[in-house]
Parts: sequence; C-alpha cells; structure tokens
Amino acid sequence: MEVATQPKYSQIEQVQRDLREGKLTCVQVVEYYLDRIEASRELNIYIEVYAEEALAKAKAIDERLQENADDLGRLFGVVVSLKDVLCYKDHQVTGGSKILTGFTSMFSATGVERVVEEDAIIIGRVNCDEFAMGSTTENSYYGPTRNAADPSRVPGGSSGGSAVAVQADTCLVSLGTDTGGSVRQPASFCGVVGFKPTYGRISRYGLLAYGSSFDQLGVLAQSVSDTALFLEIMAGPDEFDSTASQRAVEPYASNLSFERKAKIAYFGSALDHPSLDPGVRQVCQGLIDQLRTEGHTVEAVDFDYLDYIIPAYYVLTTAEASSNLSRYDGIRYGYRSANATNLMETYKKSRTEGFGTEVKRRIMLGTFVLSAGYYDAYYTKAQKARKLIQEKTFEIFEAYDFILLPAAPGPAWHLGDNVDDPVAMYLADIFTVQANMVGIPAICLPAGTHPEEGLPVGVQFMANRFQEADLLAFSQKVMDAFPKS
Amino acid sequence: MADDFVTNFDLFVMNIDEKLISRLEHLARLELSEEERKGIQKDLNNILGMVEKLNELDTAKVEPLVYVSEAQNVLREDEVKHQLDRSKGLKNAPQQNGEYFEVPKVIDLK
Repeated sequence: MEVATQPKYSQIEQVQRDLREGKLTCVQVVEYYLDRIEASRELNIYIEVYAEEALAKAKAIDERLQENADDLGRLFGVVVSLKDVLCYKDHQVTGGSKILTGFTSMFSATGVERVVEEDAIIIGRVNCDEFAMGSTTENSYYGPTRNAADPSRVPGGSSGGSAVAVQADTCLVSLGTDTGGSVRQPASFCGVVGFKPTYGRISRYGLLAYGSSFDQLGVLAQSVSDTALFLEIMAGPDEFDSTASQRAVEPYASNLSFERKAKIAYFGSALDHPSLDPGVRQVCQGLIDQLRTEGHTVEAVDFDYLDYIIPAYYVLTTAEASSNLSRYDGIRYGYRSANATNLMETYKKSRTEGFGTEVKRRIMLGTFVLSAGYYDAYYTKAQKARKLIQEKTFEIFEAYDFILLPAAPGPAWHLGDNVDDPVAMYLADIFTVQANMVGIPAICLPAGTHPEEGLPVGVQFMANRFQEADLLAFSQKVMDAFPKS
Repeated sequence: MADDFVTNFDLFVMNIDEKLISRLEHLARLELSEEERKGIQKDLNNILGMVEKLNELDTAKVEPLVYVSEAQNVLREDEVKHQLDRSKGLKNAPQQNGEYFEVPKVIDLK
C-alpha cells in the first residue's frame, strides 16, 4: 500500500501561493487528493467521496482566480474532509451508524457552513466510531479505519477517519469532534495536529449530539497555523446555539508569535502513572527538557484528581447520550425495522437493529444513572466531582499558562486489542478527558516517534478557558523548535 | 429524588441483576439478545465498579456542575427561520404518505 511520508502541502499558505502563482490549478489540487484517497482505499478512511462536486467547485475557483484572486475566500484551494457526525446540507450524515442509513442533512453545521463560505472544498465524509463513542474507530457500521503508519494498528478515535485522512494526505484539513479526546487522541496516534477549543467557542449546531455539555468541534491538520485559521473562521456566536460564547473572536492565525517565557505545569501523577507507556514518558520528558533549555519554566504540580476523571466522565456522558440518542426511534428519519407490528416494537426493534453494541452499552449505563433511585448516587455525584475537578484545574491556571500531559497512555495499539474490555478501553482516555470535563482548550502536537515501536507520539497542552490565542501561539513555537525530520 | 433509597454512598455497592437489566432495556427502548444482555450486564457491573472510585471524594459541600458554558440567558427574537417545507420535512422518513409520517397502529380496538 502506498502511504505518504511527506504531504504535498502542509500549510494553507503553500497551496494558495502555488495557486496564485499559477504553478498549478485548483482542479489539479483536488485531483491530487482524489488520487491519494484512491491509493489509501485499504485504510477505509472515507465513507463517501464527493469527487464530481469537488472537481466542479475547483473548476469554479480556478475561473475566479483568473478573474480576481482577491475576491476569493480565505480558504480557497483548501481541501477538507468531514467527520461523519457533522451535517453538510444536501449530503448524507450517518454518525457511523446503521440507524441513520440514507439520512440527508437539511442544513449545514455552523462550523461547516462558515468554512464552505470561505471557499473550502469538502471532498468527502470520513469514518468514525458510531456516534463518536469509542477510542479506536472500530465501532463503526462501515468497519474499522486503519492507521497509515501501520495498518495493523488502530488510528485512535473517535475521529480516527479524520486523523488518517490528514496523515495519509487525502486532504489538507479534517473537521472532527471531541467529547473526551476524540480529536487529540487520534492526532497523537497518527502524528498530526489535533485541537479542541474551549467549550462554546464554536457552535455545536449541526453536530450530531453525543454528550452535549462535552462536545466540541475540533480541527485535525498538518500545522498549527492552519488550525488557527480554521478556528478563527468557525468560532463565534451563533443564533442556533445559545451555548456558543458571545466573546469576540481573536485573530488567532495572524497572532502566532509567542515571545515571552511560559510557565508550564505537568502532573507528576500523570508522568508516573502506572498505565503510561515508557516510550511515551520518554517523549514527554524529552519535550520537558527541551522547553526548559529554551528558558520556559516547567514544574511538576500535584493533582490528586486524575483517577476520578474517567469514572465521572462515563457517568455524565452516558447520561447525556441516553437522552440525546432517544431521538433515533425509527419514526421521522433513519432506519426502521421491518419486523415490528406495533409502535412500541417499532421503537425497540429499530433501535436494537440500528445501534451497535458500544452505543447500546452506553445508552444502558446512561439510562441506569438517570433512573429514579440511582440519580443522586451516580449522576449528581459525578456532577459534583466535575465541579471539584474544574475548580482544581482552574487553581493550577492561576499560577501557570499551560498544563502539559501525554495525549494517550501509549502509542496506537493493534486492531482488536481491548475490544472485550470496555473498562480498559475507557481508561485509555485518562489524559484527554480533563479538558472536556473542565471545558478548556487543548491541543495535541506530534512530538516524536516511539523509541521501540516507531509509531507517532503526541504531547498535549491545555490552557485556561478562552486562552486559545496563547495556546496556539505557544504551540507554533513548540512546533518550530522540533527538529524537522 | 423522591424515592431516594440510596442514601449511604460509602456502603453502597451496586449490582445490576437481570431484573434491572430488563427494566433498563425497556426504559431505553432496546431489546437485547440473550448474549448481548449477559455481556452488557457484566460490562455495566465492571463499569460501576470503576465508578465506585467517586465515593472516595468528599463532595458534601460541593455544588453540582450543571452548565459548562459561561453564557447565560442568550436570547434572540422569536422569529420563524430555517423552516422546512413539508416535502423536505418528510424526505428522510422511512414511511410517509406525502402529508404525514406513518407508524404502525397505536391503539388496537380488538
């Protein structure tokens, strides 16, 4: 199988410069990515490719380039893929689930709409865990996606298709979603940049809901600068999502210089965690040493709440999921069982036949923690734990700019590992879930290669609420300092 | 909760039995196969075993975190917008007659 080692373009400004200078056409750019999609077919990245439509849009952009290049949107020539949980008007979206087979969106997600308005070209929708529930992209109705660095390995999840789409150079940028690390953990496994903004920074309108108080749109890209530009374009108030922040959007993309010395905290309890792979620890330690050499302050701090994050997270997200997924009932859209004879059977059989096992498991757990008699013991208790975790995290940001954490406890594992043990699978999210619990921005940067396994390893930085500008500028500095391989 | 029969969290060790699984299935509108039911029962008990960890936290004086967003009372004019016409609204339905969604008979008079 042909797998790209070097992407054709790793930044938007490169492709736009070549287009302006007439070195190639937008049609050629789309053709290049379509070839890449074809060459990487065995990785099972795309559920659907919009080849003709993408070529037609490219042709129109080429014509506009001839007329007046200054009239083009900020994302002209940028080829984008969408995780199969983001609505794109008049295109199918299924959440990687049988239950939404054949469903066509009547509107676009706000984030998608804003990107398309800036002349980005959507080339297709990519695979993910069913309704974003999973850490490997194995829980999809469309079969597993494979890691381009080693196709016997998982790409991570749930935005695994998005991560491999960028890793295998089938698009320049992919939009994913992050409920508990679903953008950052696959970015770590695939060696790309994965970013999740503050809760509410980007509208959730048009994102198939999983855990509404955790879900955020995220960006997977080759570079921090592309990530910043996409955030700048998608962020901001939205009349269709009242939880979207009213705060003004900063010019993240033109503000990427970080001149001061940062104060960075890391958790001793994380780097010494028994579940942390020694190779990942080595990569983290290497980065810490490098940051110190560059004059930044990097200090270990105590954080005694790490082991409470996952239990609280699974109580809260499954509760929200059981409620959100009640809309899939086989009546107004999606799959309806042909085996039902009355209304109750229609609900039950459509849902039973339409959902995969992991989704059913989470709906059952969520139904349990919300049910009369157990609500306070589980759901309220987890909400209180969330409050404590949030307060303790905010305390750290009183003294530090960023928190450094691994993105995942190890490198990508093999397909089929952990599938029989949900608890082990859930615990693998231990380092990413905190950002969603607290609602803060976080980014995973490709920090190196695993010393034994030769696989990509990412390192994560978190910042305080709405400190995206600082986080991205600092990330740019970190990326600049990495030796170019 | 009115029927809050779980009051002492520290002593509380949950075990989900078959009867509770059946009740949850009905509430969730699912019909699990025998094999799936056994698997999920075991998984839920394992997951709840993990969740027991939360009982170590003293949360007596902690308010539950309900809203993560700092936004409060974000209001807008109540205007009719983004409406779909009927044909579009029915377009994704598995069964419809051009005017209504169709469902199996709800009330059986026999």
